[in-house]
Amino acid sequence: MKRIALLIALAALVCAQGAVAQTLKTVKDRGMLNCGANGTLAGFGLPDAQGKWTGLDVDFCRAVAAAVLGDPNKVKFVPLSAKDRFTALQSGEVDVLVRNTTWTSSRDTSLGLNFVGVNYYDGQGFMVRTALKVNSALELNGASVCVQQGTTTELNLADFFRAHNIQLKSVTFATANEAIKAYDAGRCDAYTTDASGLYAERLRLTNANDHIILPEIISKEPLGPAVRHGDDQWFDVVKWTLFAMINAEELGVTSKNVDEMLKSTNPDVKRLLGTEGNYGEQLGLSKDWAVHIVKAVGNYGESFERNVGTGSPLKIDRGLNKLWSKGGIQYAPPVR
Amino acid sequence: MSSDRITGSNPARVAFYNDPKVRSLVYQVVLCAAVAFLIYAAASNAIENLRRAHIASGFGFWYDPAGFDISQTLIQYSSQASTYGRAFWVGLLNTLLVAGLGIVFATVLGFTIGIARLSKNWLLSKFATGYVEIIRNIPLLLQLLFWYNAVLKALPETRDSIAIPGGAFLNNRGLFLPSPVFLHDFDAVVVALIAGAIAALAYYLWARKRQERTGRRAPVFWMTLVLLVGLPLAVFALRGFPLTFDYPQAGRFNINGGVEALPEFAALLFGLSVYTAAFIAEVVRAGIMAVSRGQTEAAYSLGLKPGPTLRLIVVPQAMRVILPPLTSQYLNLTKNSTLAVAIGYPDLVQIFTGTVLNQTGQAVEVVAITMLVYLTISLVTSFLMNIYNRRVALVER
Repeated sequence: MKRIALLIALAALVCAQGAVAQTLKTVKDRGMLNCGANGTLAGFGLPDAQGKWTGLDVDFCRAVAAAVLGDPNKVKFVPLSAKDRFTALQSGEVDVLVRNTTWTSSRDTSLGLNFVGVNYYDGQGFMVRTALKVNSALELNGASVCVQQGTTTELNLADFFRAHNIQLKSVTFATANEAIKAYDAGRCDAYTTDASGLYAERLRLTNANDHIILPEIISKEPLGPAVRHGDDQWFDVVKWTLFAMINAEELGVTSKNVDEMLKSTNPDVKRLLGTEGNYGEQLGLSKDWAVHIVKAVGNYGESFERNVGTGSPLKIDRGLNKLWSKGGIQYAPPVR
Repeated sequence: MSSDRITGSNPARVAFYNDPKVRSLVYQVVLCAAVAFLIYAAASNAIENLRRAHIASGFGFWYDPAGFDISQTLIQYSSQASTYGRAFWVGLLNTLLVAGLGIVFATVLGFTIGIARLSKNWLLSKFATGYVEIIRNIPLLLQLLFWYNAVLKALPETRDSIAIPGGAFLNNRGLFLPSPVFLHDFDAVVVALIAGAIAALAYYLWARKRQERTGRRAPVFWMTLVLLVGLPLAVFALRGFPLTFDYPQAGRFNINGGVEALPEFAALLFGLSVYTAAFIAEVVRAGIMAVSRGQTEAAYSLGLKPGPTLRLIVVPQAMRVILPPLTSQYLNLTKNSTLAVAIGYPDLVQIFTGTVLNQTGQAVEVVAITMLVYLTISLVTSFLMNIYNRRVALVER
């Protein structure tokens, strides 16, 4: 199936012409946003039993749909594996890729992608069985590590073991599902992925309490949405959707008080919500684009807490993802 | 021209565009041009699209450092020093290893089951029928996942490894065997082995000639045993046993040292062999049934026992029917080995169209190379099988 999908995507790459430009118009004409999402990672992208998608990345897709089409439900989610995701975006199968994807220089340049920003600052960690009595990743000399293919994780893992001159036996699987299952079955001593993923995957193990997450964070993993290179208008729309969510949090605009905030006299709030100026129209959107976003998914903080933070089973601390004004590094340029 | 002959001295003048030869030539040229244009248009369109989308293209990535690890490497490979090109060769060798061994096992098992299905022994033939019907009717991917999980679940953890006498260990990380370390004097043993093989072959040819001439049989089996096993062993002993073993040792997490067979490899090899054997069994059964019963009866009436009848009369004739579909089964097995992706065995597709494609982003080049490789493997397999087929084919005089 996956190979077939890849071949179709490739064929599209060979045949399709002009799929690169004018994404905003295409999406508006279609009346539907095609969003490449994870599909198997709790907290980021996962359909529930009713087929309703939830997650931080999923919320972002809904925010883009709300901004562009005025309706957060006009999104078609395309579940993508780590190794097929870039081809799907390059070939135009999806309009935006929001799949806990690490922003790196080579992906930004040679893959024909543009990352719009960072919606989650992450880092790679390890999970091991408590029974092994391992307290640090540096004690993993000679261990087997299960890892998912086609990720920065795979490269960081090799780098880390090389840098510390310790032996590694990596066992690579095509999807996170297969990798975590093999780890659960005892095929590996450790499982490695982004720390946020470790918290999510741990809940799926046979007995979550038998596993601990080691303290070392061995890499920088800025996860962000990506669009195709060469369509600046669409790039701006997706980028400012992210900034609008972060600015809304900073200005105290939430999904609950957004209607009252329309009467606010704070000029920053007025510009964001479109009661002053025509900043939405400059983006090719409606005046009240940010109102649609906040009404649909809330501000960045609300979305974070609901999906991965205190309001979710993952209970991840916001850490670096706090606003810059609260000790974190989430920061958005102003709307003006 | 033929019309000339029919109409005799009065050649009919046919307009050149009605000449079938000219027409077929024109059609073919037009078709070729159309196909060539299509390929050219697709290629240039792809290049243009890639360029416009700022996606890197070309084959320069082949020499870039790979930076990722591979669990099974038959040749020297390390994440820091090796290139994507090296990773390609590692993957290709892993594919060839599992396909080659799979073909051998599937053939042996398939012939056994196929013959068993025709056996007069009720239990044996019903067992073979059950095997074929169950195995060939369940999708291979499911079977592989089943075997892989069966391997992982059934075997103990590293700590509780099963110690096999002779220094081997078995656990859910694989089978760990002592690996031989050849000392300097071992060359002599290899030379003795080669010499023994040549001598055995010469003896066999001489014995066959003599039997054809005089009817007397020579003890070929015992001579071969002496030459192939006895001679090298004698040299080995004379040189003072120039061989030691690197024994696997239990480490903190894993068993280190020796050679290891990964559970992914075992599951894939087993799954592919068992699956393809079911199809080969049917091919073999069809081939044997295609040999007329009269052949068997004639052999029995000449006093041949069932064993030699099968070996000397039936199978050689059945091979003519068996070989062409057998070739397809070999090709299927090789191509099916790409399902390795599902269970984490590092074959060509997993490494190259998986990790390398993703890291470089050069889907068109990577997929093209991979398709070319599988095409080459398949064509070479069929070429070899065709040579063999020509040897056993019915020679008509």
